[in-house]
Amino acid sequence: MIDPFLNNGFMQRALLAGILVSLTCAVVGTYVVLRGMAFIGDALAHGVLPGVAMATILGLPTMLGAAVGAVVMIGGVGLITARSKLSNDTAIGLLFIGLLALGVVLVSSSDSLTGDLEAILFGQFLGVDTTDLLVQTIALIAVCAISLYSARPFLLLCFDIDLVSTMGYKAQWYHRLMLLMIAATVVVSFQTVGSLLVFGMLLAPAGVGALLARRIGSMMLWAAGTGVLSTYFGLLASYHFSWAAGASVVLTAVAIFFLTLVFVSIRKSLTSANA
Amino acid sequence: MNSTAVVARRLAVGYGGRAVLTGIDAYLKAGGSTALVGSNGSGKSTLLKTLAGLLPPVSGALEIMGGAVTEMSHKVAYLSQFHPNGFVLPLCAVDVVRMARYDQRGRWARRSQTDDAIVAESMEMMKISNLGDIPLRDLSGGQQQRVYLAQVLARRAGLLLLDEPTAGLDAPGRAAYMEAMVFERERGAAIVTATHDVAEASTCDRVLLVAGRIVADGPPAIVMTPENLLETFGIGLTKVGDHLVVTEHHHDH
Repeated sequence: MIDPFLNNGFMQRALLAGILVSLTCAVVGTYVVLRGMAFIGDALAHGVLPGVAMATILGLPTMLGAAVGAVVMIGGVGLITARSKLSNDTAIGLLFIGLLALGVVLVSSSDSLTGDLEAILFGQFLGVDTTDLLVQTIALIAVCAISLYSARPFLLLCFDIDLVSTMGYKAQWYHRLMLLMIAATVVVSFQTVGSLLVFGMLLAPAGVGALLARRIGSMMLWAAGTGVLSTYFGLLASYHFSWAAGASVVLTAVAIFFLTLVFVSIRKSLTSANA
Repeated sequence: MNSTAVVARRLAVGYGGRAVLTGIDAYLKAGGSTALVGSNGSGKSTLLKTLAGLLPPVSGALEIMGGAVTEMSHKVAYLSQFHPNGFVLPLCAVDVVRMARYDQRGRWARRSQTDDAIVAESMEMMKISNLGDIPLRDLSGGQQQRVYLAQVLARRAGLLLLDEPTAGLDAPGRAAYMEAMVFERERGAAIVTATHDVAEASTCDRVLLVAGRIVADGPPAIVMTPENLLETFGIGLTKVGDHLVVTEHHHDH
């Protein structure tokens, strides 16, 4: 149970990276779940692909490319909804599929990139270095600082966007700040868990929190605990069974979600029966 | 508190520069209550959102409590018609009501004893003191509506803008709401409600019948005539007690 982490430096770094990703995603994922922003989260996770591919072709840092992809996604959604009567969902869907297709075209047109596609989509959990850990730590601190500073307007935003304005806060400003936080989490975390799987770490642990918590703070704690447990047992399974590390971690998180759902349903049935 | 709650001159309200309700000239005083009565799509909710500063006026002039609407929106308590997140959020009923005090506490300050007293009083007015520690998502629709109304009361705002406030409320809930509105008016707050409820409209000082424009404006007993109601709703209606009774269909429809 513990030996793989005691004897292997790469497993220690992977565990630390996973814990940092879990904590970041617990905070951000809580807002994604509560505000029903799963689709924009998914779109951001996929939308970074062309940016990463282009950065790799040009020899630039992949995180820079991912950040550009995220900015194009968020800016594009704003532009389409402002210039047309199309819904947010349609705008997100169009950009999501457009950017994903562009990413696949870029990857397929470059022989050197084909091998990198798997790493972009599914991450390199076991290959994280000190720089990755440092960046992830900075991201976690930034996300916690923003969430603390914006705790009240963010809670109002989750409850009712109209209430934000009548409480004297700028609703659109905080909405954009929340989007930026989601984008930053995706951009920073994709190198560890991959652009596809970071979405799972945003949703599954926060989903567990939503099922169990009675307050938003405790929802974040449940999500963080679920994420950390998933990281530990996912990496352990990956080590013993040679499964892909990122996928193992996300699969564990999703399994915990469904187990929690079953537990909550049974508890509810028993409560109703006893009432 | 400013004695004038709302002053509107030749106001037109709508979305994206397209007016859905025009010709609004209104002077609402503090402590007064006004009901906006009209069919679906007549512009009632749009007017409320404009008064709350959530939509810019299409044209005309609007002052809220003596200031520009954009500067005064935080002095307004607004109850929207829909709360889509009510069944998702992990919040207890008392947390929702406490949110009303955020504008007094700012970003960091903790709740004061005064805040707690106002929250308790507001919940008591809506008869939900016993529901405080129950998650919002475990409450029925009517109970949730009482929580939202308690939140509005806890704002202690100068202007209350309420969109279908009695929707989903049972008879005791309506009675609690009516009593709470009397309290708010005595406190000096002005109240504007959008409603289909004739009984509720009849308790207001003033009724605005709206149908894309102001059809009639005045005390309920004078305004709610069969002719005005025909023009407002497109079908013949007569007020019998607290109910509207359909008497004939409009021949233009």
